[in-house]
Amino acid sequence: MPSHFRPRVYLLFALLLLAVMLLCICMGSVAIPLSDTLTALVCALFRKPVPEGIARAIILGVRLPRVLLGGLMGAALSLSGAAMQGLLRNPLADGSTLGVSSGASLGAVIALAFGASLPVFSFGGVVAMAMLFALLSMLLIFSLAFALDKSLATNSIILIGVIFSMFASSLMSLIIAFAGERVKTITFWTMGSLSGAKLPQCALLFAALVLCGGVILLHARELNAFAIGEDNARSVGVRVRRVKVLVMLAVCGLVGVCVALGGSIAFVGLVVPHITRLVAGPNHAKLLPASAVFGAVFLMLADLLARTLLSPVELPVGVVTSMAGSVVFVVVFYRARKAG
Amino acid sequence: MLLSVRDVSVRFGAFEAVSGVSLDLCENQWLMLAGPNGSGKSTLLRAISQAVPHTGSVAIMGRDARAMNASEIARCVGVMAQSHPAGFGYTAREVVSLGRYAHRRSLFSPGDPDGSRLVGEALERVGLAALADQRITTLSGGELQRVFLAQVLAQDPRVLLLDEPANHLDPAYQRQMFALIDEWRMQPGRAVISVVHDLSLARRFGTHALLLHRGRCAAQGEIDAALTGENLARVYGMDVTAWMRELLSAWEN
Repeated sequence: MPSHFRPRVYLLFALLLLAVMLLCICMGSVAIPLSDTLTALVCALFRKPVPEGIARAIILGVRLPRVLLGGLMGAALSLSGAAMQGLLRNPLADGSTLGVSSGASLGAVIALAFGASLPVFSFGGVVAMAMLFALLSMLLIFSLAFALDKSLATNSIILIGVIFSMFASSLMSLIIAFAGERVKTITFWTMGSLSGAKLPQCALLFAALVLCGGVILLHARELNAFAIGEDNARSVGVRVRRVKVLVMLAVCGLVGVCVALGGSIAFVGLVVPHITRLVAGPNHAKLLPASAVFGAVFLMLADLLARTLLSPVELPVGVVTSMAGSVVFVVVFYRARKAG
Repeated sequence: MLLSVRDVSVRFGAFEAVSGVSLDLCENQWLMLAGPNGSGKSTLLRAISQAVPHTGSVAIMGRDARAMNASEIARCVGVMAQSHPAGFGYTAREVVSLGRYAHRRSLFSPGDPDGSRLVGEALERVGLAALADQRITTLSGGELQRVFLAQVLAQDPRVLLLDEPANHLDPAYQRQMFALIDEWRMQPGRAVISVVHDLSLARRFGTHALLLHRGRCAAQGEIDAALTGENLARVYGMDVTAWMRELLSAWEN
């Protein structure tokens, strides 16, 4: 069934991503001319010195990493969401359904509240703790799932994920209640933010996206089968349990890294796949790549809004994604319904 | 021998849904599974296709089914379930194409040259060629039933396991689909097992029958010998043949 996109469409996607990236680099508290941005990027690409008079530090040191991280994270989150919605045949699922994002958040909150950090880790304590906790919660969730239900039935997975999330959230609330003056920092972090993005972080997320995203993209046919029905998937020959474990591991990896780097940015993974499905149809061979592209565009633009709307005050990007996401979704959904 | 089922039991907690059923299926047979609601017909089908854990043994074309992976089983056995999910707006053609999954699995295999032709033929045969690109969420129950029949035909297995193939079908399509299945199973190396509630359909199209009662085999053999009025009366707790005649008499005069 994979009627893939034509190469032309992929070219279009690439141009779209590039255009949005440039827009987001140019716009901000200090507006930068497009020519300066292009010059700086090209010089950096070919390792040449950037000419005088160009705001090199802003373009390459601040905006580029932030825009890149936003794009990568948007792609990762909506790819995960699309995969989980198909796999669990549940329109309310996304990458956070499995509970790993709550686990990662818990790790970050502990680090923020107690200043705990792991030695020898260049990304700093919060990221390291969040990654560690993402990994631990992944192990815990999978062993719980296998112990309770060997067949890994969809309902058991959703239940375990939701219950684990609640447990982690309650621990977080407990810590926040005793966090004193650090409450503000913690709250801001849990709403998600891309400020303080660095290029090594982008590289890490890029690696995760290639690896885990690759696993997800290679399972487009299987995800179609799951989206139609798990029993049907089994009877046409899908190795149901193996595919489930592989896809869920990939999603956990992606979401864990995302939360560690940018906090739990809500709504991207839930809404972008739905909007994409209205445009590209439910076939995962098209839905997955298109979701990744739209997710990247969506989060880059949302972050642009977050940092320019009330400049110099910066909004938490999670708030912007939730607000903008719901409005965009209602509009698109309404139009699609009207068009039939 | 296409299928050989020996002493299969399926347990859900304390409840035994199927108890020690054995059956053989040979080329060109159409075995009808009959029995009251809850007698274990669908569960037996699911055990044969390895969709539920069971005890006892199932051999598919001489191989132990437990040792086969999902796509090996799918190339031999095609299953049409009793009810069909229709989430997300896939087109009928996309659903039918999924039937080719087991024939074109690996990343590096040469692909499935006959795939799109078989999918087109299957859609044609169930009378859905005109609706091929319509979303399944907009189809009626009977049309959806035919989509999944087309899927299992495109899968091109040796044995069809059909759970209530007459579900949702109007009389014209019921006749057409049963004629289609009848023709399918007459080709070399093929056979069908189906669950049917309409015992007249079972008598008319079946070559053999297995009558289940509370998970156990109550009668088994050639259709005329297995589905006798006496056996049916014992299993259903009523005079089934008299009821059939009474229904038929509504059409007289």
